Amino acid sequence: MSLLSERLKIFLRGPRSSADTGLPANGGAAPKLARPAAGEVPETRSSRGLDQFFGSFRGQAGLSILDLGGAFQENINFITSLGHKFYSEDFLRIFQETFGEDIADQSNPGRIDYFLRRSLEYPDEQFDGVLAWDALEYMEPALLAATADRLRRILKPKGYLLSIFHSAERKRMVPCYSFRIQDLRTLQVIRHGERTASQQLFNNRGLEKLFHKFESVKFFLARDSLREVIARK
Amino acid sequence: MEPESSRGGSATIGKAVKIAGQIFSREDLYVDGDVEGTIELMDHKLTIGPNGKVHAGVKAREVVALGAIQGNVEASERIEIRKDAKLVGDIKTARIVIEDGAYFKGSIDIVKSEPKAAPNQPRPQPVSAAAVPVNAAAGNVADAKR
Repeated sequence: MSLLSERLKIFLRGPRSSADTGLPANGGAAPKLARPAAGEVPETRSSRGLDQFFGSFRGQAGLSILDLGGAFQENINFITSLGHKFYSEDFLRIFQETFGEDIADQSNPGRIDYFLRRSLEYPDEQFDGVLAWDALEYMEPALLAATADRLRRILKPKGYLLSIFHSAERKRMVPCYSFRIQDLRTLQVIRHGERTASQQLFNNRGLEKLFHKFESVKFFLARDSLREVIARK
Repeated sequence: MEPESSRGGSATIGKAVKIAGQIFSREDLYVDGDVEGTIELMDHKLTIGPNGKVHAGVKAREVVALGAIQGNVEASERIEIRKDAKLVGDIKTARIVIEDGAYFKGSIDIVKSEPKAAPNQPRPQPVSAAAVPVNAAAGNVADAKR
């Protein structure tokens, strides 16, 4: 009876550990769906940008992929299962720690330099691919331009950057998400409230300008006005 | 927090202890204090407790992090990074489990763990009546060297 009630409890609150699920606690056996905390709404959506990003690396292994969204079990499993080396940066956390709500500080060259040293201090041409997700969407123009430049520098020639922008309109607040790879074409997206939006306009023209130093930029317009952008160095 | 019962048979560095130097252990080790240097537990499990702060290169069979690690980690079998843990460094391991909420900055290199070669079966030897018993405790402690 107590075993039954324990299992019922686990079912209701969702598994917390491999011991709860009864699955072996290894990379391959991680739960398919992430466990959203209270207030987080998971949603699964297909992603042509993701398909294009990993499609570019088809048949290759041993590449270096940087994920700016933090370390999620799903993304680690997916990328390492393809034989690549996974690098993680909790970019928005460092962004928040560095600037907080101080928008003016994002134009200060000293602060921009400090932020980039904390978050993207890598040798030039280190990565074959960078998954930026929506990390660039909350930055003011000066910081955004410096970040795009640094991302380009740390990418290898012919390397790819995937980024996502939620709106082409000017808004005060935009939703904030975490992105977990389910398979080559599917993302699980979990909303974590809202953040102050950038003053930058992320329509096609704005994005072309942002990534103008890249060799090519490709857009995929998805539902909810979501733009997936693949930039190739 | 690791339950007390699961730590039976392992050496412990308590939360009020600070060690600077090299630690080699031939048994499991639980670190809830501060360690700066290196930690090597080749065939054993290292647990960094919630109060643990490790500023060291780590090599172990299995690593469970509940506290903070700054340094590169090699876990030949697996590493588990729990919810409130913080790990800054590069990881080499066969398997990784990371909970949501954990902070990780660095790289992950998944290396296939090589199956251990079966030890050669020793040929039966005639036993001398004066065989000396091995001191089981020798070398079975965590040594902190300055």
